Amino acid sequence: MSRLDVRKTYKLYIGGAFPRSESGHTYEVLDTQGRFLANAAKASRKDARDAVGAARKAFGGWSSRTPYNRGQILYRVAEMIEGRHDQFTADVVAAEGLTKAQATKVVDAAIDRWVWYAGWADKLAQVTGNANQVAGPFFNLSSPEPTGVVAVVAPADDSLLGLVSVVAPAIVSGNTVVVVTSYDRPLPAITLSEVLATSDLPGGVVNVLTGDATELGPWLAGHLDVNALDLTGVDGAEVAADLEAEAAVNLKRVLRPSSPDWTAEPSLTRMTAFLETKTVWHPVGV
Amino acid sequence: MADHMVPPTPLEYAPAPESRSIVDLEPSYGLFIDGAFTDGTDGGTFKTVNPATEEVLAEVTEATPADVDLAVAAARRAFRSWSRMPGRERAKYLYRIARIIAERSRELAVLESLDNGKPIKESRDVDVPLVSQWFFYYAGWADKLSYAGAGPNPRPLGVAAQVIPWNFPLLMLSWKIAPALAAGNTVVLKPAETTPLTALLFAEICQQADLPPGVVNIVTGAGATGEALVSHPDVDKVAFTGSTDVGRSIARAVAGTEKKLTLELGGKAANIVFDDAPMDQAIEGIVSGIFFNQGHVCCAGSRLLVQENVYDEVMERLKRRMTTLRVGDPLDKNTDIGAINSREQLQRITALAEVGDAEGAERWSPPCELPSSGFWYAPTVFTGVTQAHRIAREEIFGPVLSVLTFRTPDEAIAKANNTPYGLSAGVWTEKGSRILAMADRLRAGVVWANTFNKFDPASPFGGYKESGYGREGGKQGLAAYLQEGEGQ
Repeated sequence: MSRLDVRKTYKLYIGGAFPRSESGHTYEVLDTQGRFLANAAKASRKDARDAVGAARKAFGGWSSRTPYNRGQILYRVAEMIEGRHDQFTADVVAAEGLTKAQATKVVDAAIDRWVWYAGWADKLAQVTGNANQVAGPFFNLSSPEPTGVVAVVAPADDSLLGLVSVVAPAIVSGNTVVVVTSYDRPLPAITLSEVLATSDLPGGVVNVLTGDATELGPWLAGHLDVNALDLTGVDGAEVAADLEAEAAVNLKRVLRPSSPDWTAEPSLTRMTAFLETKTVWHPVGV
Repeated sequence: MADHMVPPTPLEYAPAPESRSIVDLEPSYGLFIDGAFTDGTDGGTFKTVNPATEEVLAEVTEATPADVDLAVAAARRAFRSWSRMPGRERAKYLYRIARIIAERSRELAVLESLDNGKPIKESRDVDVPLVSQWFFYYAGWADKLSYAGAGPNPRPLGVAAQVIPWNFPLLMLSWKIAPALAAGNTVVLKPAETTPLTALLFAEICQQADLPPGVVNIVTGAGATGEALVSHPDVDKVAFTGSTDVGRSIARAVAGTEKKLTLELGGKAANIVFDDAPMDQAIEGIVSGIFFNQGHVCCAGSRLLVQENVYDEVMERLKRRMTTLRVGDPLDKNTDIGAINSREQLQRITALAEVGDAEGAERWSPPCELPSSGFWYAPTVFTGVTQAHRIAREEIFGPVLSVLTFRTPDEAIAKANNTPYGLSAGVWTEKGSRILAMADRLRAGVVWANTFNKFDPASPFGGYKESGYGREGGKQGLAAYLQEGEGQ
C-alpha cells in the first residue's frame, strides 16, 4: 500500500504566528483547471485588526534596526526562498497554471527581486536624502523615514513575483505590512509566510491575510492605525476609488492600482511611496 | 526738565508706522485669466478687509465654476508651449519674477500686512524676501530637472490646481507656483478669501515679466471656488495648504481620479526644552515658535514640553519675555504681534481658549491693551495642561501656548508623538547625542534643534500622519510636480 501524504493546513500569518481565522471560515482554493488544492483561511475583519495591531507593535523595533541589519534579514529571506525553490515552483505551477520551466523562472525572479531590494536597505537614504544648503548658518539635512504600517492588496494574478514585488519595497525601509494575498491564488503567499517565519524577520513585520480583498479592504482603508494603503492588486476602478476615499479619514498615503510588468527591474517608486522626508535644522556656531 | 517729560522706559516706543502710500489699491479687482484681468461671469464680488481696522480694502471677484473652467482651459492651452519650452527659458521667466518681487518688495510687504494683519517687520523681513528667494531657487531647477529624482527624463504633470491659506498669502503662493512652473506645469491658483490682494499684485508682476498668458491664472473666491477648482476634471495635480478637515475632503474628492495630490495641513508641534538647554535662545525660540505671525502657523510650537526641574525657571523667564511683546498696528515697525486675520478666526481662538479654562488649565496673559477696532488676541499661555485637554490636542492657530512637563527623554517623546499630526517639532538641549536621538524618534517632518520656525526654499517642508503628504521646498518639492518619463 502506497503511503498517504500528510497535507498542510493553510493558515494566516499574524504577529509571527500561524492562526486560523478567528471567524472559523475557510474557502476552497482550486488550481487553474478547477481541481481542489486546499482550504485556505478566510480572514475576517477581526483578523485584519489583529494584523494591524501586530504590525503596529513591530514597527518601533523594525524601523529602528540598522539598515544594514534589515538588509541582512531581507537577504536571508532570499536564501530561504532559494532553499524552498522546488516547493515554490510547485505552488506557482498549481496556482498560475504555468509549466514547470515557466514557474522556475518566476521563482528565480522572485528571489532576485528580494536580493535587489535587500541591497537598498542601507543605500536609500543616500539616494533619496540630501544636505540642504540654506541661506543661513544652519546644518540642514533631509533623510527618509518609514511611513509606518502599510496595508497592501497584493496582485491577483502574479501570486508570488507580484507579492514579493509589493512587500519587499515596503519593509526594506522599516515599514511593517499587512498584506491581503491574491484571493484565488493564495498558496505561494502562505509558503512565503513560512519562509518569513524562519528568516529572522521579527514577528509582525509582515502579516499575511488570505481572503477577500473587497471584504477586508474597507476595514484596512478606514483603520486609524494604518498609515498607508497600497491598492496595487485591487480589481475595479470603483472599488479602488472607494478605498482611496475611505483612506482619507487619516490621510493615508495611497498607491493607486496598477499592473506593471513584474519581470522588469523596478524603479524606486514603490519604496519612496512609503517614505517620509524628515528635515533637521541646527544652528552652526562656535 | 519738566515733570511731564520723564524719559520713557526702554520698553516704550514712539509709533513708527510704515507708510501705506506705496500701495496703490484699486476699488475692485477682477480675476487673472489667460494673462489679463477679467470680470467674473456673473458679477459676484466679496470684500476684503484690513483685520487691524475692519476697513474695507477692496472688492474682489467671486469666481464661479464657469470662471474656474475658463482659467483651467487657459492653463491647458498654455501648457502645450510652456512644457515644451527649453528649461533655461522657463528659468529666465522665474528669475525675472524673483527680481521684480525684490524690486517691489516694500509694496508687497505693506499690502500683505494690510490684508493679513501680520506685523510689517515679518512681512518685510521674512515673508517677502523668502518669496523672492523661492522663485530664484526654483528658477535654477528649471533646466536641471533630470537631477530632481524623477528619473532621467522627467515630465511635468500638466495643469496644477492650487489652493492656499491666509496665514502667509504670498509666501504660500510662491511655494506653490515656483516649483510648478519650473517643472513645466501651468497653474490655476486660488488665494484665501480673506487675503487675495498680494496674489492679484503678483498677477501684475507676471504681466511685467511678460510671462506667457495662461501659465499663471489667479481665481479669487471662497470654499466653493476652491471646490470647483480641485474637482475640475481637466486638472492633473492638486496642491492644497490649509486645515486637515478640508485636506481630508480634498483627498476624498481626488480619490479615483488620475490627479496627483500634495497636502500641507495642520499641526500641533511639541517644542521640547531640556534642563541643559541654552536658556536665552530657548526662551526666544518658545516665543517665536508660538507668537510668530500671531500663531497663525501650521508648524507653530503650540505645545511646550518643559523638563520638570527647570519648569519654574522657564515659566518665569517666558512670562517676563511675554510682557515685552508689543501687540498692535501691523504697520508699526515696532509691532511684534499684529491682528488676528478675521473675525471667524478670532472666534475660533476665543472658543478653544475658553475650553482650556473650562477644562481646568490656568490662563495667563501679560497686561496689554488691545485696539478697540479690528481683531485682536493677547498672547496667552496655559499651564497645568494635560494631554487630555483639547488645547493640547487641537490646533488653535492663534497666539495661545499650552505648557506640559516631562521628566525623561522617553516621556518627552511619548508626549510629543501623542498627536494625529506630525508636521514639526523643536528640541532644546546642548547635548549633541540627545539632539540626534530626539530628532530620530520624533515623528515629524521638520525638526528644529536649538532653533524654531526656520524656512528656506532649499529645505523640504511637510508633515507625517494627518499633517498631510508631499514636501514643499528642495528637490523633494520639485518632485511633487514631476513624473517619470519614458526612456533613459
